[in-house]
Amino acid sequence: MIPLSWYLIFAAALFAIGIFGVLARKNAIAILMGIELMLNSVNINLVAFWRYITPERITGQVFAIMVFAVAAAEVAVGLALIISIYRRRKTIVAEDIDMLKF
Amino acid sequence: MGDPVALISQWLNSLLMGWGLSAGWVVVIKSIIGVVVLCTVVLILDIFLVWVERKVVARFQDRLGPNRLGPFGIIQPIADVIKLLIKEDIRPHGADKFVYNLPPIIALATVLALWAVVPLASTIVGSELDVGVLYVVAIGGIGTLGIIMAGWASNNKYALLGAFRTVALIVSYEVPLIITLLVPVILARSMGLSTIAEKQDPVWYVVIAPLAALIMFISAQAELGRAPFDLSEAESEIVAGFHIEYTGMKFGLFYAGELLHALTLSGIISVLFFGGWRGPGAEAYPLLGVIYFFIKAFIIYWAIMWLKYSLPRIRIDHMLDFNWKFLTPLALVLVMVVALLDKLMVGFPYWQYVAIMLTANIVLVLLTLNILRSRAKGEIKRVGEPRPVATPPPPSSISSTSP
Amino acid sequence: MTPAQIIFLITAIVTLGSALMVVTTRNMVHAALWLILSLLGVSVTFVLLEAGFLAVVQVVIYIGAIAILMIFAIMLTRGISEKEGPQINRNWPWALLISLAIFAGLAWMLSSWSGLSTQIIPLDSRVDTISQLGQALVSPNHYLIPFEVASVMLLAALIGAVIIAWDGK
Repeated sequence: MIPLSWYLIFAAALFAIGIFGVLARKNAIAILMGIELMLNSVNINLVAFWRYITPERITGQVFAIMVFAVAAAEVAVGLALIISIYRRRKTIVAEDIDMLKF
Repeated sequence: MGDPVALISQWLNSLLMGWGLSAGWVVVIKSIIGVVVLCTVVLILDIFLVWVERKVVARFQDRLGPNRLGPFGIIQPIADVIKLLIKEDIRPHGADKFVYNLPPIIALATVLALWAVVPLASTIVGSELDVGVLYVVAIGGIGTLGIIMAGWASNNKYALLGAFRTVALIVSYEVPLIITLLVPVILARSMGLSTIAEKQDPVWYVVIAPLAALIMFISAQAELGRAPFDLSEAESEIVAGFHIEYTGMKFGLFYAGELLHALTLSGIISVLFFGGWRGPGAEAYPLLGVIYFFIKAFIIYWAIMWLKYSLPRIRIDHMLDFNWKFLTPLALVLVMVVALLDKLMVGFPYWQYVAIMLTANIVLVLLTLNILRSRAKGEIKRVGEPRPVATPPPPSSISSTSP
Repeated sequence: MTPAQIIFLITAIVTLGSALMVVTTRNMVHAALWLILSLLGVSVTFVLLEAGFLAVVQVVIYIGAIAILMIFAIMLTRGISEKEGPQINRNWPWALLISLAIFAGLAWMLSSWSGLSTQIIPLDSRVDTISQLGQALVSPNHYLIPFEVASVMLLAALIGAVIIAWDGK
């Protein structure tokens, strides 16, 4: 009924939107949101392949769970970094944080 | 007699197939009808809960409660609803319109979504998820989102502070709740709520693991934001918490959501520990199962109200200490003990299994009480030590120096 | 059009639409809320793919933890006199070009793959996916070591985040 191609094109479109978010946004947290969209599109890909190509082996879902764990850890550390930068520089616009000092 | 839901489902099936719809569409239409019916029943129950709450609090406080409108004041909630509907709909200056209007809907919708997995009888369940327990946890997470949005969108410092405190409380007490949710999962070997209710065949899980039921009851009381953990509604401290700026029906939705959340968590505790719809004759007549379920849910709801109207509020640092330094370690130890014993007693007959688990729970409770008692003794000794204090000179020296 | 196809199309449109709103809206809190909507859409996609456990875990982790963390971070890092200026930086034409190129490249690569129109095979109903998943994560023959490494990584992230954001006062 739903061929595999629909899921893969959907995931590719979500990935492309995520890349636009990462490259074109000023605010550092908005860049993190773009990264989250990309990780979600990867997860959709993994689970779609699990369901259509190898439904007898659970490896696809295990990989998706690892991606969940990595995404959670990365968001935690990234937001901690952003808050720390905000305390010192009073700004989180990515273009303005371009000098190691001052 | 039997199963009205199955009869109606079959009749709808034949009707819709007769109209020429394919099987997929029939499933979709039946699901939509089921959702509408369940939501209507639950919301009508919610209105009834307003009356129950006010009567019970009145009796606890030695007075009568609403008794003017209708017999025993039963039409009082409808008057309340009409009052809320005709109030002026204020929006504070500077509040983000979309984000301001969304939280009341989220508050009530997440509680309604919980009823999808609760098994009302052996064959009447909204959706037989085999990850029902995890679904309950997920919906709780969405609920906290609604509270943050409400606090932020009100453009009011006190609302924001109240929202942060409430979210800190809810997220903290979710930890022992989730850990003790694992105990029935271990005992029933499944995460689906219908399977957990089915497996409590000779004995309920409250007999096998009463400590888990107790910890879950306390955590549920904190999750609901009810006394003694009701920091979010502490009228004397922070006015009304995150829903200060909400009037009229929006506040009504928050209030109704809170009451319904209490009944829903009571229902979930009754399914997890008290057998849900189990009772004499419930397998043969599912309607009887529904009645047993609601009786158990209301008894636990009454216990929650009992606790609320008898205890004073706890300070926030004591609340968080109680959670992180007492409940969470206790819940973790309990889960480890239950898992270990469950694996060790693989081939044992069931009565031995129940007896050993019950003994382990009682031993754990006694150990905890002993540890607390020895720490309390140490604390009393430390506080009661004599401290240097200015004392007047003894009377004998005065008489010796008098001329 | 079967109902499953219609549900998938609605979900895809909602998810992609809210993802577009995430990357183009000016107000950061609105962006976070649109992100939550697109994460819900991804969760519904998991349900369509019959990975129910992953769908619920997605809601718990992404919406219940990550999105709330982002909202807190946005609230903590708002300038007091911040006018919500345009949130798109100077390079946005290049970014648009690159993202369209990546999408076109992926679509072209996929179209030349024969397995693209694989139809769905009904899952073997005797197999319980959740217990299979549980066994795979803790069995030494399967994925025990990645599981343990992931937990060590989460612990490191926890400690690291606390230390980085420590106020020091």
